[in-house]
Amino acid sequence: MLNTDKAMHTLSVYVANKPGVLARIAQVFARRGFNIESLVVSPAMDGHFSRMTISCSGDPEGLDQIIKQLSKLIDVVQCIDHTFDETVMKEMGLIKIAVDAEGRSEALQIADHFGCKTVDLTATSMILQVVGDPAKIDALEEMIERFAVIEFVRTGKVVMRRGQDLT
Amino acid sequence: MANKTMEGGQAIIKCLENEGVEYIFGYSGGAAIPIFDALVTTATKIKFILVRHEQGAVHMADGYARATGKPAVVLVTSGPGATNTLTGIMTAHMDSVPMVVITGQSVSWMLGKDAFQEADIFGITMPVVKHSYLVKESNDIPRIVREAFHIATTGRPGPVLIDVPKDISAGPCTADLHAEMDLPGYKTDYPLDKDTIMAIAEALAKSKRPLILAGHGAMISGADESLKAFAEKARIPVTNTLLGKGVFPETHKLSLGMLGMHGTAYANKAICECDLLLNIGSRFDDRILGKPAEFCKNATIIHIDIDAAEIGKMIQPQIACVADAKTALDELIKHVPVLETKEWRKHLDDYKVKYPLKFKRQGSLKMQHIIDEFYKLSKGKACVATDVGQHQMWAAQFYKNDSRYNWLSSGGAGTMGFGLPACIGAAFGRPNDIHACFVGDGGFQMTFFELATAALHKLPIKIIVLNNHYLGMVRQWQELFYEDRTSGVDLEGNPDFVRLAESFGIKGFNLRRPGDVKRVLQNALDYNEGPCLVNCEVEKTDNVFPMIPAGAAIEDMLIEPPTRKLEKPTGST
Repeated sequence: MLNTDKAMHTLSVYVANKPGVLARIAQVFARRGFNIESLVVSPAMDGHFSRMTISCSGDPEGLDQIIKQLSKLIDVVQCIDHTFDETVMKEMGLIKIAVDAEGRSEALQIADHFGCKTVDLTATSMILQVVGDPAKIDALEEMIERFAVIEFVRTGKVVMRRGQDLT
Repeated sequence: MANKTMEGGQAIIKCLENEGVEYIFGYSGGAAIPIFDALVTTATKIKFILVRHEQGAVHMADGYARATGKPAVVLVTSGPGATNTLTGIMTAHMDSVPMVVITGQSVSWMLGKDAFQEADIFGITMPVVKHSYLVKESNDIPRIVREAFHIATTGRPGPVLIDVPKDISAGPCTADLHAEMDLPGYKTDYPLDKDTIMAIAEALAKSKRPLILAGHGAMISGADESLKAFAEKARIPVTNTLLGKGVFPETHKLSLGMLGMHGTAYANKAICECDLLLNIGSRFDDRILGKPAEFCKNATIIHIDIDAAEIGKMIQPQIACVADAKTALDELIKHVPVLETKEWRKHLDDYKVKYPLKFKRQGSLKMQHIIDEFYKLSKGKACVATDVGQHQMWAAQFYKNDSRYNWLSSGGAGTMGFGLPACIGAAFGRPNDIHACFVGDGGFQMTFFELATAALHKLPIKIIVLNNHYLGMVRQWQELFYEDRTSGVDLEGNPDFVRLAESFGIKGFNLRRPGDVKRVLQNALDYNEGPCLVNCEVEKTDNVFPMIPAGAAIEDMLIEPPTRKLEKPTGST
């Protein structure tokens, strides 16, 4: 998917797994009034490092400065803006809806359409697990609104470049 | 080489010795006792300077570092001892000064539990340090100290904080004192891009009115000789920033002196009229830009900086070169032709004649008169520290610097109270040179307690208090832009500074009349038994010119006092 949304950017930040690194990164955004929309942190292949995928919106000049300031942090190995790269971008969502026997089949129909898994089912509720690009999860959210949504939790998106290129 | 068991605090001192540290500036306290104990038990040759307030220690370390080019060390305790360093650390960070600040901390198991004198100094200082550490294992100390010095002194320098819980400084350390660094994200090689250098040389060759802007980065890089050779070969005039004073001789015929808000008229006019600006190690501070959209808008802008984040931060250059200033200049000089700048230089020389820096020696006593006379009597050789405000700008204008490391001034932070302790730190670092500080009566009173430190060590520093009984720069703004509504600037209740000095055992002089300037300053220069203080009762309501109102275009510079009413400035300060 070629991401052409100029307002929303996706940064992949590869960092040394040291104390305080998340706070330092958060400060780079906070000081410049940038809002982090989503943030995913997880261990990298090499356990000494972590991978952060950060989605944020803002003007391009401000973002350019943020990328430079992030790169300047001692514990940041690299920071890449993947907004205009060919990437695979995925996130997972868990949706808990209140549904009884009457509505269940319709809910399962929608779930099936979006490739969801039913990961919890009770007489009065169900939890659907959806994986996909953020637009797909948005679409599911809209469709499922006809049911009483009790909770909706998203992981935030992770990104990987297509082909041989590294993220 | 494994180290036989020592305490963490002893390992810290041994590691500081390995880094070649001569002085530690600091203040003791409960959580730092194991480190202070190690100063004794290791029988170290490092000299500890006990100050009177932790802010004084950091500014002293800062002055030492700026005057010697070597990293400086601060050692304080936890809680308020640590938070008192904050202004000093921020000052050093804004001006890229290499410094390692070691703070004691509560014991590890009390972290976050509001222990006595516990402060999250690691978190509090995060935005104003180049890097920081909270030590969790005594055996990490050698690696962390080594990394701290490496980070503080390489690339764009800056302060590094090491927070050491008391159980860590008291616990056993068996690690190799020459531990390997582990900094996978930190790179200090700046390979020079030859194509960029050639592009700069080509742009210069086409320029009819080139101008060099030399900043602190060029100074830190040690590019002074290279810059002189380059400017002379290519025949390019040079202007310098406040912190670039001395990187290019200000008495050189190619020098235009300092630019910016209170820079020389001819430097600012050169900025407006040049067709190419070669910025070497300046971060295009807002006090030199005026109005960024109007800045050098008809010129080709070239920016050489070691910090990639400075490129395009304020001004987007046509050619950017992320490199060490000296390395870049040493390559560039090979490719730059001799430029035909005779007409341009003549034009700027005419400006020098038409719009000189000036003041009246008659009438009331002027700060400029005192600074100018001191410059002459000290033959421009003194290492000069300043505080912040009107006197700082006049000192920048009238105390010309011909060599690096002789100008200590808080540029980015504008920290009042910086001058005296910075001068003391410089005097420790360079005992054979003349040291003076120009301070206002406002800033001086923020850190004058360090008179005790200067007196105790008999440092022959010259403390020149330019006393107008006002916070003069703010009063100047209020006069010019706020219809002279003075507010919060009258320093009534000042002490008698001479008697204050005498109470510390410091020689004091009063200076009240223009006719006495030379004699009194000469007496101060001749006094070498220890520090001396000159209290100068100067004109209360003088104003600094030239002046570019904050946020205004450089073309709107006020060379003389304005006769019209001025709008409130749009820039911040």
